[in-house]
Amino acid sequence: MDMQIATILAVDGIATGAIYVLIALGTVLIFSVTRVMFVPFGDIAAFAALTLAMLQMGQLPGTVLLVVVLAALALVMEIFDLWRRSSLRLLPRAIAYYGILPCLPAAVAWLLQGVRLSFGWEMLLALALVLPIAPLLDRIAFRPLADASALVLLIVAVAVHFAISGLALLFFGPEGFRTEPISRAVFDVGGVVISAQMLLMVGAAAAFSGLLYLYFEKTIGGKALRATAINRVGARIVGIRPQRTGTIAYLLGSVLGGVSGLLIGPVATLYYDSGFLIGLKAFVGAVVGGLASYPLTAVGAIAIGILESYGSFWSSSLKETIVFSALIPILIWRSLVSTHHEEEEEEIA
Amino acid sequence: MNRTALTRLVPFAGLFVVALLPMVAAPFTITLMNYIGIGALVALGLVLMTGFGGLTSFGQAAFVGIGAYATAWVTTVHGLSPLLGLGLALLLSGAVAMLLGVITLRLGGHFLPLSTIAWGIAIYFLFPNIPGLGAHDGIRGIPPITLGPLSFAANWAMYYLIWGLLVLAMWGVANLLDSREGRAIRSLRGGATMIASLGVDLFRMRLVIFLIAALLAGLAGWLYAHMSRFISPSPFDIRPSIEYLVMAMAGGAASVYGAVLGAAIVVFLKNWIQDILPYLSRNAGQLEIVAFAVLLILLLQYARGGAMSLMNRLVPRAPQLPTVADTGLDRRMLPPAGETLLKVEGATRRFGGLIAVNAVSFEMMTGEILGLIGPNGAGKSTLFNLVTGALTMNSGRVSFLGRDITNAPQANIARTGIARTFQHVKLRASMTLVDNVMLGAYARTSSGFVQSMLRLDRGEESRAACEAMAQLELVGLADKATDLAGNLPLGNQRVLEIARALAADPILIVLDEPAAGLRKSEKVALASQLRAIRARGVSVLLVEHDMDFVMGLVDRVVVLEFGSKLMEGTPAEVRASKAVQEAYLGGVV
Repeated sequence: MDMQIATILAVDGIATGAIYVLIALGTVLIFSVTRVMFVPFGDIAAFAALTLAMLQMGQLPGTVLLVVVLAALALVMEIFDLWRRSSLRLLPRAIAYYGILPCLPAAVAWLLQGVRLSFGWEMLLALALVLPIAPLLDRIAFRPLADASALVLLIVAVAVHFAISGLALLFFGPEGFRTEPISRAVFDVGGVVISAQMLLMVGAAAAFSGLLYLYFEKTIGGKALRATAINRVGARIVGIRPQRTGTIAYLLGSVLGGVSGLLIGPVATLYYDSGFLIGLKAFVGAVVGGLASYPLTAVGAIAIGILESYGSFWSSSLKETIVFSALIPILIWRSLVSTHHEEEEEEIA
Repeated sequence: MNRTALTRLVPFAGLFVVALLPMVAAPFTITLMNYIGIGALVALGLVLMTGFGGLTSFGQAAFVGIGAYATAWVTTVHGLSPLLGLGLALLLSGAVAMLLGVITLRLGGHFLPLSTIAWGIAIYFLFPNIPGLGAHDGIRGIPPITLGPLSFAANWAMYYLIWGLLVLAMWGVANLLDSREGRAIRSLRGGATMIASLGVDLFRMRLVIFLIAALLAGLAGWLYAHMSRFISPSPFDIRPSIEYLVMAMAGGAASVYGAVLGAAIVVFLKNWIQDILPYLSRNAGQLEIVAFAVLLILLLQYARGGAMSLMNRLVPRAPQLPTVADTGLDRRMLPPAGETLLKVEGATRRFGGLIAVNAVSFEMMTGEILGLIGPNGAGKSTLFNLVTGALTMNSGRVSFLGRDITNAPQANIARTGIARTFQHVKLRASMTLVDNVMLGAYARTSSGFVQSMLRLDRGEESRAACEAMAQLELVGLADKATDLAGNLPLGNQRVLEIARALAADPILIVLDEPAAGLRKSEKVALASQLRAIRARGVSVLLVEHDMDFVMGLVDRVVVLEFGSKLMEGTPAEVRASKAVQEAYLGGVV
């Protein structure tokens, strides 16, 4: 490998790493606020890309049906809950939150079926379509388990991934998609080719990380999220509703996931189940930050991107093994630096 | 015949049915039963790991794969005996488990389960890339298992081999759970601090159950390879790993029988889904996993105890008193009264900017009852945790009988002869009183995992039971020995903790607010019990808020305020001290 190839691989790795940064930040965000290690998070990214691809081909995206099915399920559960607590007077609000609101983007997509919009509007619509998925999954799968241990929540999260990726196969089909590039511009910097797409990926990662930082530091909503992450009971006592902050975390996380999906769409062919591996790699990056530190998470995610880029150069068939094996030295390092506080884990049964 | 006797017959009836099944069942049923047996072996490991030990693995199929590929490689590439294949299968799955366990088991929380996903995938992608393992086409022509003249080529012969091994494994795991190590395993989930204070090495405990689960999976892989005679990478992916977890959860992760029940549910359900799904969708294979995922979510939402908890409701089992020997365990020689027992010098602990304990020094003599008092937030419990090793100190020194125990691991400190109780009672609610107290004798007994599995620990167990009964007698709970600890009122729970601490045959017993929440009469009884304990030569260090209780009981008092030592002396001296009065009541006007 000469210097030029090494540089090209590094640039490529940083661009891929930027995608993992967004997903890893979202993962840490959702985990710290809700205690749920949201494994299906990579799927959200993949769905955003698939949705955009189908919009660009003038087809009705599979997301429309997925969201409608999930919303129906969530609504039924909510109504059943209200009926059991005999507070059916809250029914109109439940219908608005779980029935109408999540389905609005789906309705727009359905009405505009076959109509080609401008590029930016299509991206926005794709993003809006995937936004309700995570909060709806929260309502369906996790809220009935609010009292469960983090371990049970994790098992459920893994199960949720397999359930929705199976549904995704029904709605998206087994074919792979690639979206149109956002820009085809290419720059030559000292013999290394850098595409505008790569710059966009890195730029978006930086911009959204900055926005997240500002949100947490400067707004009351962000502080409520941080409060919930630090101490749920305490947050509740000062009037923060964990359920609501949870929904906000899922929405914010979905924005990050969706954007990363839109960015990765033009550079990789994605299938209905591609999100799982993307999400797991981002998780490996998040482990560097101990699932708690945002800056370290970003560093870790970039490192994973670079490692993957070099790994696939050495042996494309062993790429995944190389990336996931990286977890081992990372975990050794973590076990050395973190004075692990033995958190009392609750009973499962 | 009464109900308990009937309950005991259930396993034998099950064994009988399993033994006779091949005579009556159709060949296809036998095939399904073989899959159930193999799945149950893997699920049994998960029951031990997840159900009892609180460790979750999403990567068990990778161990099955290691076992299967190991034997396939030995028997096809090298043409050697399947028995050598078994050796390699167990060796490799064990070695990989040790390596991964050492790395991941020190980290708590989410790191272990999520890293199991990662290494599960890493190993799965590795199989087709290792030369000699047939790439994605897999390995064909794996020979059947032969043992001298015996051949396990026939389906029914394989059935007996699989179920024979499964029954053996279940017997071993059930024995293990009903033993010294088993009580500790059953306390891992949610009782980590408590069992560490009893001298249990948590890391070793987790590592061993992780290893046992991996070996069971490796064994299952060996059986699988020789049953199907052909292997390819796909059955060792992350999806089958999820299926194994569903088996353990569906059956009931807190029961050895749950593994079999769960495997049966999953295999029959899968068979049924495969029959009907093609009518529903072209992509039937993919939808199978959706069905299982939804099933797993529903199980966790509505039936976390699994099918076994329903069975237990139908056939309830009364807890049995263990066999009690006539003599207890050997006791240690207690040091004579009046020697320096515990010496704390300049103990300091900071939490961020807060100095919870600031350069506190005191000494304690053998045969003494020493009280530690101070207003709320004075740092009493923190100081306790520093002495017992539950927290590490930033600076300072602790020595016990002249031995330096500063920042030693909690389990080691426990083994030097310090036993403790907790401010918030830490008992195993679902274990009987006698089991809870026997847990206290952990460091005095020595039966290991292998001895326990083979039932070679009974002599020691019955002596530990004798010890436990004696301690229950002492605190007046002997008549409730087989009750569940969770059903006791708080007052009794506190003295049960003291009984557990005494079962460790301690030199020093450290009590964190033993009288909190007790009624007046209970406090009087507790005080006389503590005096009796001291009369036996055991020294007592206690933190307490109740002044009447402390002043009437202790020999000397150490007073803390804002993390620093205010004074020490006899109860009378402390009562007379102006500084102590100011600390408690504010300045005297």
